[in-house]
This record gives sequence, structure tokens and C-alpha cells, in this order.
Amino acid sequence: MIKNISNLGDAALYCDFGTEVNKEINRNVINYFNNLRDSNFLGITNITPSYNKLVISFDLKLTSFAKLKKQVENLELKKNNNSKNNLIKIPVCCAEEFALDIKRLQKLLKINEAKIYETFFSKNYYCYMTGFIAGMPFLGDMDKSLFAKRLETPRVKVPKNSIGITEQFCNIYTFESPGGWNIIGKTPVDIFDNKKNTEPNLINPGDTISFYPISKLEYEKKYE
Amino acid sequence: MKKNMNKNYFEVLRPGINSTFQDNGRNNFYHIGIPFSGAMDNRNFLLANTISNNEINNPVVEFAYQGPKLKYTGENISINVTGDVNFKIIRKNKNLEFSCYENIILENNDCLDILSTNRSVYGYLSIGGTFEVDYYLNSCSTNTKAKIGANSGEKLKKGQIIHLKNIKKILPKNKIEYLNSKIENIRIIKGPHFDYFSKDAIDSFFSDEFNVTKLSDRMGIRLKGPKISNIKNTNIKSEGLVKGVIQITADGDPIIMLSDHGTIGGYPKIGVVISADYDKLVQIPPGSKIKFKEINLKDAETIFKLYEMETQNLISNIK
Repeated sequence: MIKNISNLGDAALYCDFGTEVNKEINRNVINYFNNLRDSNFLGITNITPSYNKLVISFDLKLTSFAKLKKQVENLELKKNNNSKNNLIKIPVCCAEEFALDIKRLQKLLKINEAKIYETFFSKNYYCYMTGFIAGMPFLGDMDKSLFAKRLETPRVKVPKNSIGITEQFCNIYTFESPGGWNIIGKTPVDIFDNKKNTEPNLINPGDTISFYPISKLEYEKKYE
Repeated sequence: MKKNMNKNYFEVLRPGINSTFQDNGRNNFYHIGIPFSGAMDNRNFLLANTISNNEINNPVVEFAYQGPKLKYTGENISINVTGDVNFKIIRKNKNLEFSCYENIILENNDCLDILSTNRSVYGYLSIGGTFEVDYYLNSCSTNTKAKIGANSGEKLKKGQIIHLKNIKKILPKNKIEYLNSKIENIRIIKGPHFDYFSKDAIDSFFSDEFNVTKLSDRMGIRLKGPKISNIKNTNIKSEGLVKGVIQITADGDPIIMLSDHGTIGGYPKIGVVISADYDKLVQIPPGSKIKFKEINLKDAETIFKLYEMETQNLISNIK
């Protein structure tokens, strides 16, 4: 349930679902997100789910904070709205030239490379949200033994399709971008396809992701 | 020769600093990380298309600081420039001066040289017709970070050809007198993390001046001024952003999110610029000083209504 709705400026609602980050709260956020997408409330321009908040922006020419707040409060939630959420398998190549921070992680976490990858590939990850840059998924939760801080100095350019980890989360850099996450590999799959005019995102909030290792040879084949 | 009668195009002789195709923007994709984009100064965008007798959401060329220099080939076409812009047309080696907000007839071999915006940032070029551009997710707005929209998501490039279509046979003669007013006081509404900052920090946030730095673009305006010290946490769990949000970075400097902003962010939000001040905010050039003033939601809504009435009134006065 939404704990509180306040205004974010004069053209957005800021819905607070709690302060912690966990799947239960996030599923609630995404359930509201899916229901609101189907609602057709007048004037909504964007709905942005995150770990524990939902921001709804609207066109101030068409509606207002007070009006939309009332509609959201009275929204009847349809229960089975998670049919939109999928299990997606993502191949990862962990060759030395892609695993930019694996040496740093071994030192930091005091476990060896093989154990790091074994732990990483043994879990499924949940997509809390996508964004910051187009299509970037924020996935969790990592096994506690892999919790690592961000780089002290962020990279100016993280290569596109790199897999990064930090604290309880991992992500995929959908574009070359600045970033401070620990890079452990690279996928040949484009997570955001800017040629696709419908659903350019492979991974959406609420989806489950399982990563699996591939060799350099397979990586190159997939790229062809 | 006869078959190719409607080959009308611009050749880009100089692209300018940041010239992109824009329209009304792209709604409903924040949740996959795609920002709104669209023309930064919405009023000047609407005026440009209205003066051209175009559909209100027709693509325009938006430029910043220095605009493009374009050579025209084709039948006579009307164009207009909006904003506070210096430009000229070079016709048979003669420099012709014109004003913004009026239709000008461009002839074959004319060269349109958009020299600069005056103490402002953005200006718009509209034509009586349509730039032939690609659409992506219901909009042609170019987002150079995600590489989407018109021109394969890129700025205009030197030497490229811009094809035109639907050239109006009856050339519109509309014009309007309009003066872009400038602002120094930006009105804001308190953000959800207002209580992350000390009383002293809040006091100086509203009483001191901030400098607009050169690190400002379509994504955001970075400010330098007094450090806004945080008493709770310099990071929050990342959450949704909107246009006009003012985040305070870990260094204590404010960043105002603009139309191409990252869709989520992890810095506390001290406030949000009111919708009515957005068009003027984006036009404040680096080197300027600004101040923030707090107002409440009710007042912000009223001010927006007035701003919108003023815009509609301007549009209906175009003849």
C-alpha cells in the first residue's frame, strides 16, 4: 500500500511505499505501476517506479495534483497483474578483457575468482527498476559475500553491455556511460534496442533475470 | 528536371553548437529510462509552428548559442526563427537582416546563417512545411544520449542534407511582436528531502545567489554558489525524477534537471522549479546569476494557468 502521497513540484505525485529496499515493497510499487498504466487517468504523462517510490508526472493543463491524488487513492487494484513479468536469461562472457574489476573484487571480498562467479551465477535476480540511462536494469539481491563498494573514482567510460555489481545490486550498462560499479563481464545481448519501435527494453521492472556464463568463442558467435 | 521539381533541401554548411530536431517530446517512457526530451522552451516552439501555419507538433530545429548555417535548394519556402536570435540571409552575396517571429521567404540558393542567441540559450527554426525526419516512440525529438529520434539520435552534422516535404504553396505571412522576458528569481516548491538540509543551508539556499556554470546542457543546469550542507545523508535510494527537480550533489552543489535528464537519481531533492518558470529557466545562459524563491502549490498552479493563458493569447494573436 502507498504510505503517503505528496507533490513533487506542481506537476507530479510522489508516492511513498516505505524506506527499505526489498522485493515485497517493490512488487507493491510495480503492481501500482501496472494498474496505473491500464487506468487511463486523464493527464498522466509518465510513471516511474523505483525501489520504494512511484513518481507520477502529469500535464498540468489537463489535471492537477489534488484531482490525480484522489484518483490514485481510489484506484482499485487488479490482483493478477504480474503476467507482464518474465524470466529472462542473459549470457555473460567473463573473459579477462571484459571483467575489468575482477582482480579488485578478489582483493576486496577476499574470495577467489571462481567462487565469485559461482556465487554470482547461482542466483536469480529481480528487476527493481530500469532507468537512469535508457533501459538500464537495477537487479538484486546479490549474495552477501559479493557486497562490494563502488569504485573510489568512477570510470569515465564503462563499455556498453558490461555487467556491474555494487552492494546488493547488479546492473547492465545499456550504453557506454560513466559509472562506478565493479565490472565482472559483458553480454553480447543488447538490453536496449534503439532500432525497435515497440518495447525496446528487454528487461522490465518486475522481471526475473538469470545470468549464465559463455566462452569468448560463444560471445563472438552471438555477436555475428 | 520535371520529375524532380519538389526536391527541396537544406545543406548544413555549419551545424552550430547543439542543433537537434525536436517536437513536443516523448511521453510514457520514463519507466524504461527514456526522458521526455522535446523542445526546451515550449512557448517558443509553439510560436514557431503557429507562425508557420503548421500542426502544433511539427518538427523544428532547435539550436543553442550558435545556430546552423544552411544553404537552401528548392522552390520558395517560408521560414521563421523564434527566440532572441541574431540571424541573416545571404542572397546573391548580399546580407539581408530580418526579425524573429515573422515569416521570411527563402529562395533557391539562399543561405540562412543563424549567428547567435542573445543573452539566452535556445532558439527555433520552423519552415512552412515539414523536415523529413525519423520518428521513434511517437516523437522525432533527438536524444543524443540514447541515440534515438530524428537524425539517428545525433546533432546536425556538417555537410548533411536535410530533406523537406509538404512545402506550403500559399506562403504564410504571419508574424507577431514578442519580447522574451528574462528572469533571475526562480520560483520553486519544496522537495521531498527538504529536511535533509540544515537551517543555515536552507537560509543560504534562498538568500544567496548561484552561478549558472558552463557544465549546463539539455540534461541539466549545474550551479555553483554556497555549499548546501546535508545533515542526514548525501545519497538516497534512487528514485524517479521530473523536469525541474533540484538535486543537491554530495559536494553540496545544486543541479536542476532539464528535458533530457536521467530518469532516476540518487541525490536528495531540495525543491522543484514551478512549471510556469521552466521555459525561462532553460534560457538562462552560463555566467548568469540566479536566486531561488519558495512558493506554495496553490500559487504555482495559479501562476501556471496565467502563463498558459498568456501563451494561448499570443498564439491567437498571430496573423
